[in-house]
Amino acid sequence: MTAATPRKRVKRHWRAHVVLLVVLVVMIYPMVWLVGASFKPENQIFTTMNPLPLAFTFANYVTGWTATGTSFTVYLSNSLTVSLVTVVANVASCSVAAYAFARLDFALRRFWFAVMLGTMMLPFQATLIPQYAIFYQLNWINTFLPLVVPYLLAYDAFFIFLMVQFIRGIPRELDEAAALDGASHVRVFFSIILPLLRPALLTTTILTFIWTFNDFLRQLVYLSDHTRYTAPLGLNAFVDRASGSSYGGMLAMSVVTLVPTVIVFLTSQRRLVEGVATTGIK
Amino acid sequence: MSDNNGVAVLDPPKAEQAVPVPKRKRKRHKHNLAGYVFLAPWLIGLFAFTLIPMVYSLYLSLTKFNLLTPPQWIGADNYTRLFSDERYLQSIKVTLLYVVTSVPLKLVAALLVAVALNRGLTALGFYRATFYLPSLLGASVAVSVMWRQIFSGDGLVNQFLRLFGIQGADWIGDPRYAMWTLVLLAGWQFGTPMLIFLAGLKQLPQDLYEAAAIDGAGKVTTFFRITLPLLSPMIFFNLVLETIGAFQTFTPAYVISNGLGGPIDSTLLYTLYLYLKGFGSMQMGYASAMAWVLFAVIGLFTAVYFWSARRWVNYAD
Repeated sequence: MTAATPRKRVKRHWRAHVVLLVVLVVMIYPMVWLVGASFKPENQIFTTMNPLPLAFTFANYVTGWTATGTSFTVYLSNSLTVSLVTVVANVASCSVAAYAFARLDFALRRFWFAVMLGTMMLPFQATLIPQYAIFYQLNWINTFLPLVVPYLLAYDAFFIFLMVQFIRGIPRELDEAAALDGASHVRVFFSIILPLLRPALLTTTILTFIWTFNDFLRQLVYLSDHTRYTAPLGLNAFVDRASGSSYGGMLAMSVVTLVPTVIVFLTSQRRLVEGVATTGIK
Repeated sequence: MSDNNGVAVLDPPKAEQAVPVPKRKRKRHKHNLAGYVFLAPWLIGLFAFTLIPMVYSLYLSLTKFNLLTPPQWIGADNYTRLFSDERYLQSIKVTLLYVVTSVPLKLVAALLVAVALNRGLTALGFYRATFYLPSLLGASVAVSVMWRQIFSGDGLVNQFLRLFGIQGADWIGDPRYAMWTLVLLAGWQFGTPMLIFLAGLKQLPQDLYEAAAIDGAGKVTTFFRITLPLLSPMIFFNLVLETIGAFQTFTPAYVISNGLGGPIDSTLLYTLYLYLKGFGSMQMGYASAMAWVLFAVIGLFTAVYFWSARRWVNYAD
């Protein structure tokens, strides 16, 4: 039930539009400026507010791409590898746990559910140091394992919760009917729940990808070798090195590391906006 | 548990009508085996990556530990040292300032924009998506790099001020202002709470508004007397989430200050100092103690929110 009646929609809200558009332009201007500046010659970046380059150049991209010694091709493919593996692991492990919480009747279910909710409130700093010490013992430092293995085991409880909420909305009659026909839990899960869970799986996929791709602290802590660096680390190395010189290259590479997120956003913004709105997530 | 012998077995429904259910059967759970099989990955992860590390962290916080040599027990020394550590106290000051300014800024912006959007505007989808985009990108290193350039001495902000003949400061380099660029960056990312408010606003019963209009209530009165109280559960939810998030902010402080928390520790957010202690100077026992104090502080904030919620959160519906 939305509030808007046809009568209301006909009414012109031009003042609201003007205010909103001004706010919107102010908010978006920095990003437009960033993209414009990345195509400007170095000496024009800080001389004008005009986002459009007077002299259009790709030079910043060419020099920036390899300016840290290792190419951004390596950083980006590392980031994509970590993000995609995390997505698959997260979707698989969280959906299995969510099915148990939402549909199966087992001892201590309420207790474990409360524990799961508790871990959502836990600041990640609380486990950062001991996890590092444990992964250090396992010789996993400077590999992708500390970044992805926790997600194989449903580390991010937030997505379990999201899926539990969604499964609770699926009519029980469907899986009960299948069970009557002799379907096992595994079958019910794969052929009834999973297909119906698709919207929640998509939201999970999108958010996991974007959050992992933009994650910084964990990657900073675990990856030390330039050939293992992800895009945020590569860009950060640039910042360390550049301070003072080559701003153009730094801005160009900032744009490059934002591109994957923006593409995902553009292709899925409706799903994403609705997913966030209905689940109330960060 | 043992009498439920397989993932595939569900209770045959026919059995129910014939036999009266024995009392103890009420406590039995139908899917013990299947439940724990499906739950196993999460349970293993819970112990391996959360519970055991937390106990370990509590132990480490009572030791001197640099990763390379075994931890040395020093009792509560780390905790007492915290409160004579000038930089630590500074990081607490900076973090509290950041939390109590950025969270309200973000929520007020989110609420105002949500209310402005919630009246059947055309192009709602466009506005929603565009206002949301900064929250999605905001945590990235790239946006922090952008922010740093915008607020630098000859950056975008000062070029704009120059149009009015104002010579702006070096916002990032001046300890009086650097912190506020971080607060603004947080405010810029109001999109997520805005979406949640929008979803809440759509649920509000229209008849209340019609009744208020008939009684001659103005827009401002209606907003404070009807919209805000009805929206209070959403405000509460956003307040809790955003506060927890704000306490954990790391990336912008790190990037804007070159990883040091400067100028003169004015952007030394808690997590940044924890990182510098734990991974910069390898004082992992000390950093673990910091993590536990943070955990306690966040717990305290959350408890106060929940306690105060009775007075201002409206769960009437």
